[in-house]
Amino acid sequence: MVEEKIQTTENRGAGVTSPILETQNLLIRYGSRAAIREVSLTIPERRITAIIGPSGCGKSTLLRAFNRMNDFIPGVSSEGLVLYRGEDLYASEVDPVDVRRRIGMVFQKPNPFPRSVYKNVSWGPAISGFRGNLNELVETALRKAALWDEVKDKLDSSGLALSGGQQQRLCIARAIALEPEVILMDEPCSALDPASTARIEDLLFELKERYTIVIVTHNMQQAARVSDGTAFLSQGLLIEYGPTKELFTRPQKRETEDYITGKFG
Amino acid sequence: MTAVAPSFPSAEQRLRLVRRHRMGRALRALFLATTWAGVVLLALLLGEVFWDGIGWLDLQFLTSFPSRFPERAGIQAALWGTIWLIGLTALFSIPVGIGAAIYLEEYARRNWINTVIEINISNLAGTPSIVYGILGLALFVRGLALGRSLLAGALTMSLLILPVTIIASREALRAVPGSIRQASFALGATRWQTVWHHVLPAALPGILTSIILALSRAIGETAPLIMIGALTYIAFTPRGPMDAFTALPIQIFNWASRPQKEFYSLAAAGTIVLLAVLLSLNAAAIWIRYRSQREPQW
Repeated sequence: MVEEKIQTTENRGAGVTSPILETQNLLIRYGSRAAIREVSLTIPERRITAIIGPSGCGKSTLLRAFNRMNDFIPGVSSEGLVLYRGEDLYASEVDPVDVRRRIGMVFQKPNPFPRSVYKNVSWGPAISGFRGNLNELVETALRKAALWDEVKDKLDSSGLALSGGQQQRLCIARAIALEPEVILMDEPCSALDPASTARIEDLLFELKERYTIVIVTHNMQQAARVSDGTAFLSQGLLIEYGPTKELFTRPQKRETEDYITGKFG
Repeated sequence: MTAVAPSFPSAEQRLRLVRRHRMGRALRALFLATTWAGVVLLALLLGEVFWDGIGWLDLQFLTSFPSRFPERAGIQAALWGTIWLIGLTALFSIPVGIGAAIYLEEYARRNWINTVIEINISNLAGTPSIVYGILGLALFVRGLALGRSLLAGALTMSLLILPVTIIASREALRAVPGSIRQASFALGATRWQTVWHHVLPAALPGILTSIILALSRAIGETAPLIMIGALTYIAFTPRGPMDAFTALPIQIFNWASRPQKEFYSLAAAGTIVLLAVLLSLNAAAIWIRYRSQREPQW
């Protein structure tokens, strides 16, 4: 059933591995305005899936649906299904706090806590009852986020004292420390300079060995560079979804072509 | 080569420009004068008080109880009454004020009950203090039979400053960036963990500053205390919250309303003591704000 979905034309995703996240006829409304309209797609495991589209197309809304961050926005309602390993994330017995612990998120603007580098990384595990070697956990997470060498001598200084790119990698380390299977990224490089962006993109390649990454970006070059699969959204509709190479070289829909060639958006 | 006057601005424009600058200078002088008016008036007031009172301000004045004889009269009962009163008021109003602010800012959903609560709090903040005195008299002194005690006074004062405390604390909470809350929630924190670990520490300096300023307003309040019966002859230092008491502004009012000139000077000396207490509270508020400007660290 799930495998069949991947085969459908608009829903081919990034390829062969089994889906870890899936939406079925997802409809999200802000008040009476539909932000996401009947979107069905599957996110394959340990791949980078990019969501692209013009401003206001609902790509961030779709991303936040995967870890229930939309719950905090007043007036949001949704229909349809969001499945994580086949389980409904919006079922009444599911605790959204637990969902967010298992599905990490990195935001558009780096938002480290005004605390030490160490505390930024260790806080998440600490509050969810981690009983183990915190020092080791912090080092591992910072190494995975390619930040360890730069901060190992200043673990006690404030996270806010780091550069923008370092702050964003700190936020990635903070998410990794909880050992999530999925990391959602909402335009993680849009506030960064090109050099920092390149470092984060390199990091994404390393991270996809272990994690599933869903990245929202308005930078099409970035989507083309880093992602395995790309979903193109416009006005809340999933216009096209397929392997990134195909979508960017042979788009099936006129609207997709217009967008990626810069005719609108 | 002869210098040629620039063709711009034209003579007419230049004239207008001169007039505009003249207007600007006049207004600047006016605003400066209004600024100085406040400062000068305050300085005159303080100067007069100090001139009158400083001669009476000595250890004997601080450690004596009220007396018919000005040279033997002192402010000990009132000073300790005020310290007790403010301590107890802080004890009641800080947790309740912060709690209410946290609920309204972090938990409450937008519905009509919460809207009604918010409007009421705003209105209560503008209610004359004598009304709180009447409420305190009916509710605490008589209703709960606390009598004319420190406890009744502190509860009344707490009611008086709670609306201001809640409103200011909410503003401090609102000033904490939403991105911090999002970061916390995205790490699987509950709402309480988010508030306790991130929002409250960030907002606390602002909250404490506003509470201290509210408390210093309470120190100077006289009307509600007269209402609940603190205007009495007290010749002892309060030992507990159930003791009768008097407070600095009441003692000052009492002395100032006597015909003898010496008592008027005593009132001035009492005012100096009251100002000293107020200034030390404000200094504490400034110190807290200064400390918070440095990076908070665990």
